[in-house]
Amino acid sequence: MAAIELRGLTKVYPGGVKALDSLDLDIPDGEFFALLGPSGCGKTTLLRTIAGLETATGGAVVIGDRDVTGVQPGGRDVAMVFQDYALFPHMDVTDNIAYPLRIKKVAKGARREKAEEVGARLGLERLMDRRPGQLSGGQQQRVALARVMATQAQAFLFDEPLSNLDARLRLEARTFLKKLQRELGVTTVFVTHDQAEALAMADRMAVMEAGHIRQIGTPAEVFQRPANTFVAGFIGSTPMNLLDGAVRGDTLEVAGCKVSVPASAEGRLTGGEKIVYGVRPEYMAYSAGPAEGALSGKVAIVENLGASHLVTLDVNDVLVQAVVPEGSEPAVGDDGHALPRRDRALVYRDGELV
Amino acid sequence: MTRFVLGRIGFSTLIAVLLAFFTIPLLWLVTAPFTSDPSYEVKVPDFTWDNFQAVVEHPYALPSLYNSLILSVGTAVLVVLLAALAAYALSRVRLPGRDALLYALLLLSSIITGTAAMVPLFQLAVELNLIDSQLGLILILTGGLLPAAIFMLKDFMDSTPKSYEESARVFGASPLQIVRHVVVPVVRPGLATIAVWSLANVWGNFLMPYLLLSDVEKQPAAVITYTLYTEGGQANLSMLSTFGLLYSIPVVLMYLFVSKKYGFRFHGGIKR
Repeated sequence: MAAIELRGLTKVYPGGVKALDSLDLDIPDGEFFALLGPSGCGKTTLLRTIAGLETATGGAVVIGDRDVTGVQPGGRDVAMVFQDYALFPHMDVTDNIAYPLRIKKVAKGARREKAEEVGARLGLERLMDRRPGQLSGGQQQRVALARVMATQAQAFLFDEPLSNLDARLRLEARTFLKKLQRELGVTTVFVTHDQAEALAMADRMAVMEAGHIRQIGTPAEVFQRPANTFVAGFIGSTPMNLLDGAVRGDTLEVAGCKVSVPASAEGRLTGGEKIVYGVRPEYMAYSAGPAEGALSGKVAIVENLGASHLVTLDVNDVLVQAVVPEGSEPAVGDDGHALPRRDRALVYRDGELV
Repeated sequence: MTRFVLGRIGFSTLIAVLLAFFTIPLLWLVTAPFTSDPSYEVKVPDFTWDNFQAVVEHPYALPSLYNSLILSVGTAVLVVLLAALAAYALSRVRLPGRDALLYALLLLSSIITGTAAMVPLFQLAVELNLIDSQLGLILILTGGLLPAAIFMLKDFMDSTPKSYEESARVFGASPLQIVRHVVVPVVRPGLATIAVWSLANVWGNFLMPYLLLSDVEKQPAAVITYTLYTEGGQANLSMLSTFGLLYSIPVVLMYLFVSKKYGFRFHGGIKR
């Protein structure tokens, strides 16, 4: 068990591509930490640099008070689960789980025993003699987890641990992974491009874009108060409404409608300045009749989300989305009014949260 | 309807003729050695062992099979060893112009073969004092097979995920351990394919040994076959068929064995 610290970490690939640009990050001992971002944002590079598979161009990686920047992957006392699990196809499950112990020169009997024990804990007892090719995706994932558990490393690194599983199994594995991490209490960093996965599993998360960390926080913080328009647009299964507007005295003018200044931005705006008004569709109160401070327009699209509907309003040629509970959804072409929640709406100036 | 039936009959006849074209020589090969006076026809054999007796008594026949074995095993070992190292490096290390180099090697080695390379190779062997030497021949055959072997193996190694090696690396395995525990076992079917391919290639090669070995005691079976004549200058069919059968059995057995063991396919972990 150990904390992970990154100090000014930079990675420049030959050819000049800057994958990581002077990153600072503190991950306390025992935390389940998510690195989230679109593909190509550098999150996998960051994970591989922590593992030592990529050499940092600048800065330092500190694991449990030990600077390991120049240390080979094997000497860092971390264990990694790869996206494809990287189970050795020619070894059975027991040998796969026991492989890290084989490297550490643990006697054959002792390492078989350890493999059986860890395997049993993850419900693999009946599969110990199988080859990886004879296992389902979920079983392979559990073998990969058992293998890192057998190392008793100070920190675990997971590269897209759920992306190889089908949708239903993914939900199951998500719960399982979170429970396992809690029980083991080992510092764990995982990479994902799926914001729902990061929100669901992580204790804290970092949202990355183009080699920079755009926000660090708990899932609740990141969801409710995205620090900038990039994070605001990336987080949430229905994207946040980000509407251009301007400050007009005590109110905001957004898409030709007057809306009140959000609680968080009160007293911080100057008249006449250009802003971006952000509010999640979930934080909009929809009504068929007019309301003070609402965004009013015609219903353009109604999408069924299951227990609710996503209604898209055409407000003076700007599209605004609101989530409407089932049973009260409007028809296309109706007049509609969406009132943002004042305590949840946000104002961005130059892309940053006010 | 009639047209359909006629069409079927025509098609079947065509297939039968094609099939006969390939099976009759094989049928001849397995029957003629057991026939007392074989001709070019396929006859029901009278199951005599006289032809085998004659082959055993021939001063160069059986030793030539042994020579073939030395040449092909020696070459296969060298090809697999060198090609594996080269292919691994080429697959894992990014070199500028790597693909161009590989294609150039492959192209040159497939254009300049056999007769085109005959004279320069002979001169090279003379200069290096490798004429009439089995070691020299093995080196020259290895050189000829290496480009294609490297190309095939590199393709094979490219298709094996790097994450196997990286995983072992994070667990603390040394480069040598990674090669021993992970790389070699994972690419073993590829190595077996290359080994079989080189063995079969050298086993059937006539031109190079004919050219570079003058001592009849060192010549492999492919060359000895060429000398099996009767006193009258006619092809000695009883010797040829019997020797041919003995000559082909090891290759057939090897294919069966390797195909059963590895199935010439890659046992991967997960769908990518």
